[in-house]
Amino acid sequence: MITKADVEHVALLARLKLSEEEKEKYTEQLNAILEYAQKLEKLDTAGVPPTAHVLPLQNIYREDQVGDHLSNEKAIANAPSDEGGYFKVPKII
Amino acid sequence: MQLYQMTVHELHRRLVNKEVSSVEITNAVYERIEAVDEKIKAYLTLTKEAALEQARAVDAKIASGEQIGPLSGIPVAVKDNICIKGVRTTCASKILQNFVPPYDATVIDKLKAADSVFLGKTNMDEFAMGSSSENSAFFATGNPWDTERVTGGSSGGSAASVAAGEAVCALGSDTGGSIRQPASFCGVVGMKPTYGAVSRFGLIAYASSLDQIGPFTRDVTDCALMLNTICGHDPLDSTSANITVPDFTKYLINDVQGIRVGVPKEYLAEGIEPEVRQVIERAIDKFTSLGAAVEETGLPHTEYALPAYYLIATAEASSNLARYDGVRYGYRAVDAEDVVDMFMRTRSEGFGDEVKRRIMLGTYALSAGYYDAYYLKALKVRTLIKRDFDRAFEKYDLLISPTAPSPAFKRGEKTADPLQMYLSDICTLAVNLAGIPAVSIPAGFVRGLPVGLQLMAKPFNEGILLRAAFTFEQNTDYHCNAPEL
Repeated sequence: MITKADVEHVALLARLKLSEEEKEKYTEQLNAILEYAQKLEKLDTAGVPPTAHVLPLQNIYREDQVGDHLSNEKAIANAPSDEGGYFKVPKII
Repeated sequence: MQLYQMTVHELHRRLVNKEVSSVEITNAVYERIEAVDEKIKAYLTLTKEAALEQARAVDAKIASGEQIGPLSGIPVAVKDNICIKGVRTTCASKILQNFVPPYDATVIDKLKAADSVFLGKTNMDEFAMGSSSENSAFFATGNPWDTERVTGGSSGGSAASVAAGEAVCALGSDTGGSIRQPASFCGVVGMKPTYGAVSRFGLIAYASSLDQIGPFTRDVTDCALMLNTICGHDPLDSTSANITVPDFTKYLINDVQGIRVGVPKEYLAEGIEPEVRQVIERAIDKFTSLGAAVEETGLPHTEYALPAYYLIATAEASSNLARYDGVRYGYRAVDAEDVVDMFMRTRSEGFGDEVKRRIMLGTYALSAGYYDAYYLKALKVRTLIKRDFDRAFEKYDLLISPTAPSPAFKRGEKTADPLQMYLSDICTLAVNLAGIPAVSIPAGFVRGLPVGLQLMAKPFNEGILLRAAFTFEQNTDYHCNAPEL
């Protein structure tokens, strides 16, 4: 059972600032969805390996060759704020 | 028949025979968009000037006697989570409303090399999360068969654009049914290729182990032509499969004699509308009458696909969407006190309800103390679901099911209850968990609304899907119907 305090904690982990109304709503909705998800517990999965990926892939590397890349100008063109070729953010410390 | 209603292969024939020019086709489609898009709202962005320039270049090639490919000069719509260099790509989200990619997705590179004409970017559920195309931050898309109803999601704009004659073909993406379900609701052909068959480079990620780009077309022949163009290995996508791509048009054979078809009983059980079931049963009878060996089978872990899917997809989404913090691109909240405040306010103001709900669910499923109980458990169930399919494909060449449990539902009908909305993907989710290919084709109508038939095959067997779908299409006329607008 998820409580409102759990929702507040998860929102902090997910870097989401939720309104009181959203906290109430998500508490109710996540509980309903997770209750539905409980049906997975009925299944015995002892000894079953997890599938994270359907293709049998491993160690996919490209050739270590110099290629084209975005210019600094293009790389920051979508930034909401920039200065002197850098991304600009509010104070951190 | 109007130009905007024709198939890719018919328009190609007319272009080659110089009966029509690409500029004429492109203008005809834009005139159609001007006439009907106010009602449908399939597009978020139109790129008419660039499109006409691309069309003129193709006409010049034809005039100079150069040979053209099957998609040359053909107007294509692109879901707004696939990057086109220099064209606004929003993912239907406020957080990306001003994003202009500095590069092309690989599928766009391939379509550009094929000289396709890009009409614009289509509406979708925000970040491809939804089953109705009502979750767009901008507006909902209307179903061309009844604009009071949804198109299905999340590639609803792409499906509606093809159904309404606002594009000749389109690209979408499918994470849990986001191509097949809207194809079913809009009465067009929609294919989710095998995971890894089409590069995901330049597709804005939702759930990386499930996402796959695929085509929307008016018929199966066009689907094969699109697959020929977009499939293939891409070193820019480390999950791209390095296998030889066949000529998919070679599978367009009007014959299913001897093909072994399994009908999983779980897909025709409770939850499927009785009238939809009747349509599918008629389709099954059609395959039998055409010589396929059809029998009932079972995929015993089907009922676990939905919870497993929503735990895996949201976990991956919570990770993929962590990059939207207002620093490098997209929306940024104003007047933040410090950088953490900026992250939190940017994300809260930038994401819509459904996206926040899925980030919350995914973050919870991955958090300390719950990882084993939810995420790891779901990955193990994914293995069981995959094994069900592996076993079935030892015996059958194809599996058949409805694409969706009902025809298109009314707008707003399921928006208040996320679980009810999630249930509308019940027939399509397991395919993504197993990574197999599947196609939805028009199979009939219920109350004047299209119903789709889903065909599934083992990995990299798109060819058998095309052969069966083509045979069904050649022996029925459901794909010939178009909505009146």
